Amino acid sequence: MSKTDIRYLTPIDIEVKKEKYCRFKKAGIKYIDYKNSDYLSMLVNEQGKILPRRLTGTSQKYQRKVAQAIKRSRHIALMPYVTDLYKK
Amino acid sequence: MKHYETVFILTPVLSDVQVKEAVDKFKSIIEKAGAKIDNQENWGLKKLAYPIQKKTTGFYHLFEYSAENGELIADLEVAFKRDEKVIRFLTTNLDKHALAWARVRESRMKAEKN
Repeated sequence: MSKTDIRYLTPIDIEVKKEKYCRFKKAGIKYIDYKNSDYLSMLVNEQGKILPRRLTGTSQKYQRKVAQAIKRSRHIALMPYVTDLYKK
Repeated sequence: MKHYETVFILTPVLSDVQVKEAVDKFKSIIEKAGAKIDNQENWGLKKLAYPIQKKTTGFYHLFEYSAENGELIADLEVAFKRDEKVIRFLTTNLDKHALAWARVRESRMKAEKN
């Protein structure tokens, strides 16, 4: 039996890894503004927690700036420290 | 020359005149220390993301200023702490990228007004 005769009942999943990229590097954003809570809201989850780099694809350099901006935004009450169902 | 930005929140119980008085007071503190105010923004009455001192709204104000050194920051923050009308404040140092963004932001705000 040659290789081509092998048939699968269900088509096997071929993993296509989607290339992650840093949105800040790609868009050329140099400064992440803590006053823009609408933009920062896409970098936190529903509870208002900062999303990890492995999910957003942000580079290490900009993740530090994201974290700093979100923390500042929380201090000045533009973003919540803890919440449920934070608007997306 | 160093550039700074201060955002502060005033209690919502104040009248328009009292708000203006308080803002002018802090503005004069900055100016007396020899700093130059580059930009000033009034965001008006905004809802807070969480209650502070049992208040759910506040008047947001922003100052952007430049000074020779950071000596005035300490005095300004003491004034903020002593003033009961101020419920929260935040001062940040602006680097060159932040400064570039501040100019973009300023021009956008002006465009929106017109």
